[in-house]
Amino acid sequence: MNENLTALIPELALLGAAVIGLLTGSWLPRRRQCAIAVLAVAACAAGLSATAFTLATDREQTVFSHTFAADTATGIGRLVVLAALLLIIGMSTETVRGHARETEYWVLLLLTGAGTLALIGANDLLMLFAAYLLASIPAYALAGFAKDASGTEAALKYYLMGALLGTTMLAGTAVLYAVGHGTLYRELNAALPAAPYGLVAVGLVGVLAGLLFKAGAVPAHFWVPDVTEGAPAPVAAYVTTLPKVGGLIAGYRLLHQALPGSDLNWPLLLAILAAVTMTLGNFAAFFQRSVTRLLAYSTISQVGYLLMALTVATRTDLAQRSLLFYLAAYAATNLGAFAVVTELPRARSLDDYRGLGRHRPGLAAVLVVCLLGLVGTPPTGVFLGKLEVFSATIDGGHTWLAVVAVANTVASLFYYLRWLAPVFTTTAPAPAAVQAALGRWAAVTAYTAAALSLALGIAGQAVLTLADGSLLP
Amino acid sequence: MLSVVTFLPLLVCAVLLILSRVLPDRAYVLIWITAAAVDLALVVVLWAGFDTGGGTQYEQRARWIPSAGVGYHVGVDGLSLPLVALTCLLFLAVAVYSLREHRRVRSYVCLFLFLQTVSTGLFVALDLILFFVFFDLSIVGMFFVIAGWGHGERARAAALKFFLYTFVGSLALLLGFIGLYLAADPHTFDITDLTRAAPLAGRGAYAGLVLLAVGVGLAVKTPTVPFHTWLPPAHTDAPAAGSAILAGVLLKMGTYGFVRIAMPLLPGSWRRYALAVVVVGVVSVVYGALVALAQTDFKRMVAYTSVNHMGYVVLAVGAAGSLAGTDAQARSLAVTGAVTQMVSHGLITGALFLLTGVLYDRGGTYAIDAYSGLAAHTPRFAAATAVAAFASLGIPGFSGFIAEFQIFTGSLASRTTATAIALTGIIVTAALFLTALRRMFLGAARLPPTIPAAGITDLHRHEALPTVALLALATVIGVVPRWLLDVIEPAGRTLAGLVAR
Repeated sequence: MNENLTALIPELALLGAAVIGLLTGSWLPRRRQCAIAVLAVAACAAGLSATAFTLATDREQTVFSHTFAADTATGIGRLVVLAALLLIIGMSTETVRGHARETEYWVLLLLTGAGTLALIGANDLLMLFAAYLLASIPAYALAGFAKDASGTEAALKYYLMGALLGTTMLAGTAVLYAVGHGTLYRELNAALPAAPYGLVAVGLVGVLAGLLFKAGAVPAHFWVPDVTEGAPAPVAAYVTTLPKVGGLIAGYRLLHQALPGSDLNWPLLLAILAAVTMTLGNFAAFFQRSVTRLLAYSTISQVGYLLMALTVATRTDLAQRSLLFYLAAYAATNLGAFAVVTELPRARSLDDYRGLGRHRPGLAAVLVVCLLGLVGTPPTGVFLGKLEVFSATIDGGHTWLAVVAVANTVASLFYYLRWLAPVFTTTAPAPAAVQAALGRWAAVTAYTAAALSLALGIAGQAVLTLADGSLLP
Repeated sequence: MLSVVTFLPLLVCAVLLILSRVLPDRAYVLIWITAAAVDLALVVVLWAGFDTGGGTQYEQRARWIPSAGVGYHVGVDGLSLPLVALTCLLFLAVAVYSLREHRRVRSYVCLFLFLQTVSTGLFVALDLILFFVFFDLSIVGMFFVIAGWGHGERARAAALKFFLYTFVGSLALLLGFIGLYLAADPHTFDITDLTRAAPLAGRGAYAGLVLLAVGVGLAVKTPTVPFHTWLPPAHTDAPAAGSAILAGVLLKMGTYGFVRIAMPLLPGSWRRYALAVVVVGVVSVVYGALVALAQTDFKRMVAYTSVNHMGYVVLAVGAAGSLAGTDAQARSLAVTGAVTQMVSHGLITGALFLLTGVLYDRGGTYAIDAYSGLAAHTPRFAAATAVAAFASLGIPGFSGFIAEFQIFTGSLASRTTATAIALTGIIVTAALFLTALRRMFLGAARLPPTIPAAGITDLHRHEALPTVALLALATVIGVVPRWLLDVIEPAGRTLAGLVAR
């Protein structure tokens, strides 16, 4: 049995930093607690270097009886998650600095990050469920971090939804184990084609329910708007970005590795989910006045586009790289938009952004890049991601889904422009106090994220080349 | 060299953004004029070195995103070089015209520099995704021009409508491009490779759907009936400089797409559905002219004549796909006419929109009824507008006549009825321009109450220079067109051959 721990350096770095951080944080005076943030950054950097080394030297392998795969998808997923964690740490700095529970914040962030990494590499149903719990439970606590009324409500809603769908997922795991005589994807792949159709369907739907909850897709999306609005802005940025990366790569791996031979028509199920998710997210976002709610629904619609890649997971070679690239581009772009929201904590509604272009041209430029980026305007990363996802969908024989996605893209333009238009209005600007800036870190994060989003569009070849390797069974 | 022409304005834009705000407003415009002039000079050099029979020239090809089949590939041929030159000339004209602009000048100049890069880039692009990138960015740039410098709150609604409509079009285009990409083996977005391979030849319904997607995308941008409804509000509420660029350059992106992408890449489907294209063209010609006739707003009227003029182009490209009852010479004549019409419309309508800007600047309204007897107060303005109007309705001696003559001659043999119907468009256009000229410039002097007591001022030098220059070039093309046709004709022949294969 391969028990090579060096394959798990990124996960271990985050877990180790969390444990060390929790212990040291208990003894540090409050003003020195930012040391834990430095520790977290160091852990992410170590993980990034280890991942880069793995990708550069082709050391793909499965470890611990094939329950965890450190392959291409894991590599790209790790890069995205760790880079996104760095951005989230950057934009959280001012929000939690000097807070009574600052250490806890960083530790929870590291733990849920480690859970997300485990989701990405999970090659076994039980591993998947353990990762689900590790990714979810710290996130519930983060959602209620501010201990105010809306945060508590958000955390409760998040928790109840997560507990319900987690149980469903466990039940699904049990059913698949029963019919497939194993939990490893390679065992399921061999056993499921011969298994009873109905039970496989029930089991798969159960497991997918948990992953859809992580991704915030319909019908498990009800927590998204409330958590995004109720939680502190950096936490909202976290819950709308990283769990999606984890849930979707885990879903892709499950469908691609465990179910390719099954005669279950899961592509149709996912196609319908994708279409409904993007449409519902878009329509709900149309007339939102609050920027966080608008972004929340926009992230739901983005999951719809991402699910298109899962729909054609086994039908085209383009699916994997389109999913991974879109995730990377989406993470950078979405975090950029949330960083602007974090930087302007008093601007809650669209009208509060009136005249921002004049007062803070830099942040306005970030908004232009990120919001038009989320629409899919070239030359941002999401454009290239959409191009790849649409190509994959059409190549996989779901042209109708690509047409639905195009229609939705047009519809989404409307609400993103509803936000952008006031930014460049010159008449009746919002009072300067409403647009008071939080600090330097959040602004720098916003600029970095926007630059990354553009860089992914212009020099996306680097990621696409990396993303082409195959999954390990 | 082409990349320099394309990205020089963007470079200047970046420098202006990085420089602090210390420069006075006028300095920004002067920098812009210099940049546009240098860019035009570079294009003149390109034109001088262009071998008329040599196909695509000044090519540059670099790997960009090879695993997605996307490359950076630029080059010009007889179809694109005139449009590149038109773009640079129009932007220079608009820069001079904007010398007195005082509202947020730095952003204004940067936006137009950005738009110039985008427009030039679109015409030189030889990769579908590169084309698409510039196509989409042109929408973004123009959205901000209309929303930021248009006429009040209405402009924001018009800008949103413009963005939504043309964005729908661009995404339809993207679907079509993906269809082409997936059909090619190996998958590629390169226009030259796709032209050579014509991957969809003999793929009936699939090729038809791809053509439908590409065609709808381009038709929205052109615009043709029934996708034209974004155009009048966008033009009416845009600033004069924005309208001139929108009509002069951005509309050409649609028609250029037909000759660059739809015709050579999908020749079989283009021939099969040529009748539909011809019908759309003729309907645009007649409907555009009739609706323009009914307008009471001068700028709106000019906007609708754009629908009419672009209709001639669509008629011509449709006729170029109709093989029955015609020969290769007629079809290549139709293509040449279409490209000449694009250039001609850019020059004349660009000038007309700049002149309507002068009208709004003086009187604060575009309503034809508000003015009467203007010729007595503003003889130079009246003369320039009259010349532009006559040029626009296709009087011999101007570029419009050369273009429309070629279009009709080239289309008559294969599409006799359609061409005959389209000819009525010229008569209606003549009627509407003459009526508008008579009501605004002749008769008893009457001006809107908004004009100050000191009276109305005639064209300033910065307004006269660009309009007269554009009209002068239209006249030169009308009188001695050979230098332009020598460039377009070989490319037109090649394209007609590609469609017929």
